[in-house]
Amino acid sequence: MKALLLRDLALAFRSGGGFGLGLAFFFLLSVLVPLGVGPEGGTLGRIAPGILWVGALLACLLSLDRIFALDFEDGSLDLLATAPIPLEAVVAIKALAHWLVTGLPLTLIAPGLGVFLNLPPGGHQWLVLSLLLGTPALSVIGAFGAALTVGLRRGGLLLSLLVLPLYVPTLIFGGEVVRRGAEGMALGTPLALLAAISLGAAALLPFAAASAIRVNLR
Amino acid sequence: MSIWQYANPKKFMVLSTGVLPWAAGLTVILLVVGLVWGFFFTPDDYKQGSTVKIIYLHVPSAMMAINTWVMMLATSLIWIVRRHHVSALAAKAAAPVGLTFTLIALATGALWGQPMWGTWWAWDPRLTSFLILTLFYFGYMALWAAIEDPDTAADLTSILCLVGSVFALLSRYAVNFWNQGLHQGATLSLDKEENISDVFWVPLLVCIAGFVLLFVTMVLLRTRTEIRARRLKALLARERVA
Repeated sequence: MKALLLRDLALAFRSGGGFGLGLAFFFLLSVLVPLGVGPEGGTLGRIAPGILWVGALLACLLSLDRIFALDFEDGSLDLLATAPIPLEAVVAIKALAHWLVTGLPLTLIAPGLGVFLNLPPGGHQWLVLSLLLGTPALSVIGAFGAALTVGLRRGGLLLSLLVLPLYVPTLIFGGEVVRRGAEGMALGTPLALLAAISLGAAALLPFAAASAIRVNLR
Repeated sequence: MSIWQYANPKKFMVLSTGVLPWAAGLTVILLVVGLVWGFFFTPDDYKQGSTVKIIYLHVPSAMMAINTWVMMLATSLIWIVRRHHVSALAAKAAAPVGLTFTLIALATGALWGQPMWGTWWAWDPRLTSFLILTLFYFGYMALWAAIEDPDTAADLTSILCLVGSVFALLSRYAVNFWNQGLHQGATLSLDKEENISDVFWVPLLVCIAGFVLLFVTMVLLRTRTEIRARRLKALLARERVA
């Protein structure tokens, strides 16, 4: 399992592996929004939590189809399915690798982009915390969507359509945490619910994703 | 005798041939009676004027939009557990019907909201969750359409339906975080003495019954079409081999 994780990470970091694509998208979005909305600090600060969360979500979405598609094409997914480790674990590992390559870097550069968007100072720690707790859910849900569409030749658009409604609760709770944090309100409830979605998705969705892959490999 | 014998496509076809005309006829009678009664023979609301009459389309279609998804969830589960093809085809047949109900609910809601709230659309919890439900229907139908092998498609859409149901429920309660919104809370419930004044309530009940039967008719009809299409495909394949 460790070998699989290292392999996926190595593939992602090598040139053409897609690492940095999401990051670049996130960065561009945070630079373009102030240019489009105008430099007025109050407006930017008010929409910053939502923009940053939407940006992180879309950046995640960008690299989802890579989770299984390449392995499906060259046949290594068949080998993984017959390997001695359970397919559910393979899915979990691949989602983890996706998170390490997109979610974690996004979380790390988010505070810097928060400065661009004039996020109120109180919001930065909550931005980092909410992304840290919420992006794993994005990766796991995305892995489920990728597993559903892995057998399709042009599954990219369909993948977005399937995954987008599944992302709604995560986005709402994540944005709510940052907004409340920026305004200095109590945020225990949305934070706990965000963590609950991540944990619940990580615990249950690998089973659904693995069964979808088994159907697709049939 | 058990309900499972109708999982046999032939038995299902025979049964539905008998049921369909009755269901269709009753649908027409109930809808005509309910809508004509509601539109022309009920008094105007003292506050909302005659706009209140859109309730006879809005409430039944909104109810059926959700009930259709529940029915798809049940048939998907039956497909996964017992692998009856009729069940999978019924889920496939129900999705466009449910989507239509959802869109009717959204459209009539917008028409009702404009004069009453002064806006076609608001990011109110109920409205938002219906928009998300629309997305779920679109995704479900797109997945059916994208996969060629029927069994694979049935399997994957069933998994999507199960997972989607959980997330649809989560979204429903997540949007409550914002505020109560413009939409009123639930008015109709079974355990209250009087929900709304009987003058409105009785024709509304007739309309709801009409919409339920409309749903039954449409799903039966579409499932029969799916079964026939499946048979036709089998015939063609057999001919090509022979």
